[in-house]
Amino acid sequence: MMAHWLRRNWPLLAAHVGGWYPLASLLLDAARQRLTANPIQYITLHTGKPALVLLVLCLACTPADHFFAVRPALRVRKLLGLYAFGYATLHFFIFAVIDYGLDVSQIMNIVAKKPYALVGFSALLALLPLALTSTRGWQRRLGSKWKQLHRLVYVAGLLAVVHYIWLVKSDVRQPLLWAAAVGALLLLRLRAASPLAAATRTWVRRQLTRVQ
Amino acid sequence: MQKIRSSEITSAAEYVAYQRTLSRRGLLGALAGVAGGVLAAACAPASGAVDAQPAATMAADPTMAPVPTSAGTVAAPAIAATPASVAANADELGDSFTERASVTGYNNYYEFSTDKEGVAPAAAGFAVDPWTVQVGGLVNKPATFDIGQLRRQFGEEERVYRLRCVEAWSMVIPWQGFQLSKLLEAVEPQGAAKYVRFETLLDPARMPGQQQAWYSWPYVEGLRLDEAMHSLTLLATGLYGSALLPQNGAPLRLVTPWKYGFKSIKAIVKIDLVAEQPTSLWMAAAPNEYGFYANVNPQVDHPRWSQASERRIGEFSRRPTLPFNGYADAVAGLYAGMDLQANF
Repeated sequence: MMAHWLRRNWPLLAAHVGGWYPLASLLLDAARQRLTANPIQYITLHTGKPALVLLVLCLACTPADHFFAVRPALRVRKLLGLYAFGYATLHFFIFAVIDYGLDVSQIMNIVAKKPYALVGFSALLALLPLALTSTRGWQRRLGSKWKQLHRLVYVAGLLAVVHYIWLVKSDVRQPLLWAAAVGALLLLRLRAASPLAAATRTWVRRQLTRVQ
Repeated sequence: MQKIRSSEITSAAEYVAYQRTLSRRGLLGALAGVAGGVLAAACAPASGAVDAQPAATMAADPTMAPVPTSAGTVAAPAIAATPASVAANADELGDSFTERASVTGYNNYYEFSTDKEGVAPAAAGFAVDPWTVQVGGLVNKPATFDIGQLRRQFGEEERVYRLRCVEAWSMVIPWQGFQLSKLLEAVEPQGAAKYVRFETLLDPARMPGQQQAWYSWPYVEGLRLDEAMHSLTLLATGLYGSALLPQNGAPLRLVTPWKYGFKSIKAIVKIDLVAEQPTSLWMAAAPNEYGFYANVNPQVDHPRWSQASERRIGEFSRRPTLPFNGYADAVAGLYAGMDLQANF
């Protein structure tokens, strides 16, 4: 029974575990007083990074299916996107409420003057309608417009990596890697890439049947 | 009555810093039941040409007129190499010292690690003895000092300074060290010397961060000669009453409390007097973001983030950042007439 459920639903389980893991490890850090001497910065960074990682994983789902015939990826795409949105919201909440104590004038000043804050905030705003319309009901109601709307996820991904690049002091190698990942995943979705996708998918399927 | 030139008069903020040392000593003295007059004498510099003031008044009234000394600088009491007393545990603005564990466990020191909590473990066991510091360039008496010799020759005094990182966090740290001016006076800068250039040890085997080619190692920093000669400018050899730990820049680091933390170069092996403005590591890495002066200034934001406020390590809410990190009275004069937006 359990084994059967697992065989069918392991992707969902993995996505939930992956989605909760960053928060759990953050809470564990807090319990063990391991949030460093600068805890607010620590929790800010450790909610921002999971948001980006989950968003990139979410963006990778469709190409994983198209190019490598990883069907289960499609079942976790929405979940990963929602978790990413959750961490992004938490990240913003920490910035606005905990770090700046809802000091609206200071926050507005920073968002208006500092491009990194504005860009990060825009990424969150881009994710918001996607989270709100992520249900089947909204998918039905919006019809073909739903798909168009949800392309915003690439805008969010690009804004998120720019936010990351502008944040680091000087060594931008890590953020550039994430930017390259988002860029590559975006390129894989272009129409020009679809013959390549079909070819690799067929090849992968053939290999799989041969193994079986 | 001895005539005092205005250049010999210590500015208010310097005096307040000086007062800190005095009042702490004053408290100790009171505990020990020592009379004020004796204390005043004890606090006088070795050269002794100080107007004697009753210690009780000095300790009680930080707003009183400065005490000029024969050297024309803030005279700090001669302190032995024994751990400094930290009875008052606060800076002259009344803000408590940052916990020692944070000061020694949360460090920006890319030679060891870019992870602030990773520096202390990575730097553990970094040998700082033997250590020599080469002082040269445009000076009459270039010399190579052994670190022990530096301590013996220039002594060690306590200075409680705020440290404001360019990343918008800050600490209050009780340092021990000696004024850079003492060392510079000893090597006799020549007339052509306009700047001081500092260099950190280059040893990628012992400083693994230097194996990363992203930055142009070694770390280099610089000060204008008048900044270097300023009485607030310290070469630190210790903090919290013990010798500097490797993660804090042992055995010798610069401390310029009115500038962003990255100016206070660590593990110094070379000090040169030069004619041209040196290019620091950060200026080379991102010239539009890190300037030569790097004075703490809430009005001049980092191009990408605000410098208007900061988080004091150990505190929950942010606090406004003070011009020149609260040392404006002492140092603003150095930059009179300069455009601080352009000279960031």
